[in-house]
Amino acid sequence: MKLFSDENKAAFSNPLNLNNPVTVQVLGICSALAVTSQLKPAIIMGLSVTVITAMSNLVISLLRKTIPNRIRIIVQLVVVAALVTIVSQLLKAFVYDVSVQLSVYVGLIITNCILMGRLEAFAMQNGPWASTLDGLGNGLGYAWVLVVVGFVRELFGSGRLFDIQVIPDSWYAVNGGWYMNNGMMVMPAMSLIIVGCVIWAHRSLNKEEQ
Amino acid sequence: MAKFKCNICGQTFEADKMPDKCPVCQADKTHIQEESVSEAQTATKKKGLDTGSNTYTVAYAAVMVIIVAFLLAFVSSSLSGIQNANVENDTKGQILTALGYDKASINVGEVYDQNVKDNLWDKENLQLKPYDGKFKTTYGSAVKAGELHVFTATAADGSPAYVIPVTGRGLWGGLWGYIAIDQAKQTVLGTYFYHEGETAGLGALIGDRPFQEQFIGKPLFADGIEGIALTVVKNGTPKKGPYQIDGVTGATLTSNGVANMIKDGLGAYDTFINNK
Repeated sequence: MKLFSDENKAAFSNPLNLNNPVTVQVLGICSALAVTSQLKPAIIMGLSVTVITAMSNLVISLLRKTIPNRIRIIVQLVVVAALVTIVSQLLKAFVYDVSVQLSVYVGLIITNCILMGRLEAFAMQNGPWASTLDGLGNGLGYAWVLVVVGFVRELFGSGRLFDIQVIPDSWYAVNGGWYMNNGMMVMPAMSLIIVGCVIWAHRSLNKEEQ
Repeated sequence: MAKFKCNICGQTFEADKMPDKCPVCQADKTHIQEESVSEAQTATKKKGLDTGSNTYTVAYAAVMVIIVAFLLAFVSSSLSGIQNANVENDTKGQILTALGYDKASINVGEVYDQNVKDNLWDKENLQLKPYDGKFKTTYGSAVKAGELHVFTATAADGSPAYVIPVTGRGLWGGLWGYIAIDQAKQTVLGTYFYHEGETAGLGALIGDRPFQEQFIGKPLFADGIEGIALTVVKNGTPKKGPYQIDGVTGATLTSNGVANMIKDGLGAYDTFINNK
């Protein structure tokens, strides 16, 4: 078996574009709302979901033949919750600063529907390597949408990127310029509107694929 | 053994590998397809294990829970030492930040030991006593129990200072902070605030230096106001005096939380602050 057979490649690359968990399947947008008012938490959240999806996909895929069908969702949930708890404990012990930044998002990872969706739809039927790739792909597919939304919201909402002022002070109306931050952008509801725009753009670019 | 199906005659048969011709109708191998057998079926066949039975399900759940419980308990207990040290170090860093040190560029533990001393304020006898218990990382419950910690310290600019820990509530969860004041107990030398989970980009800005640095040099008291005057007001409102600090735009509830935390937190230390 080849490591990067066509199927494995597809497992990784489909969720980045044509089968994107956010723009096509519209999963996991609840957390997209909470963490995208700035770019940095959006990136941290995207990476954490990527790592956890890949790891839980791997574990479930290794266990898939032994899991009793009737309690499979519970088993999946236990695996995800245990993994998230262990990872957050490790972060607290070895990279304390990162764990402080992640704070509430760690809890949000457990409730992310992408995780359960991939475990149920992919890891229960496929081998460990393909499942890991699928997890990485879906996590990154989720991450890029978050990054786009975070970029737009931070830039237009507070004139900053990564907490660094990018729009010159002299442009602002208070300093005699013509520019004003869009207060709507920092409101949570705006993230859904931006996600909607991303979905619109993505679907009209890939019209023939549907 | 794999299963094959001939598309011409519709017959299925088993063989080790793809045959050259269909053994039934002799059609060419281009018409023969391999049939995929679902993995779940092969698994049950191979092991002869009934993963659907009640006994198996209950046993599986029980074993899984025990394994996960032990795993989590093991991880938690083996890492708790390092984690507590991290939290302690971080708390010391927060106190030093209030005193004007840049915690990223110093050895927090060393600088703390050299410059900061933990004391308890004795309300009855109006004096500070050295505290030699275990270093605390949260002070909310201690203040409630009447245990008033005051840190005597040397600020980054060399001047003597007191640091008072305060706690409060923001929009989503707890807030806490350290307020460094000068020896005359009149002026703020610096502050540090942080939060459990205020909204990123809005309320969370109270944890950033630009908000905290506004407090430097501001008076605690003002004429005509009883008790602590220092407070946070809505960003953009005209100031009645230097004791009013700009809040965070779009995070009124968090800003109010900070204002209440300063008022109640320093209020609990009134006997210390008013004792000249």
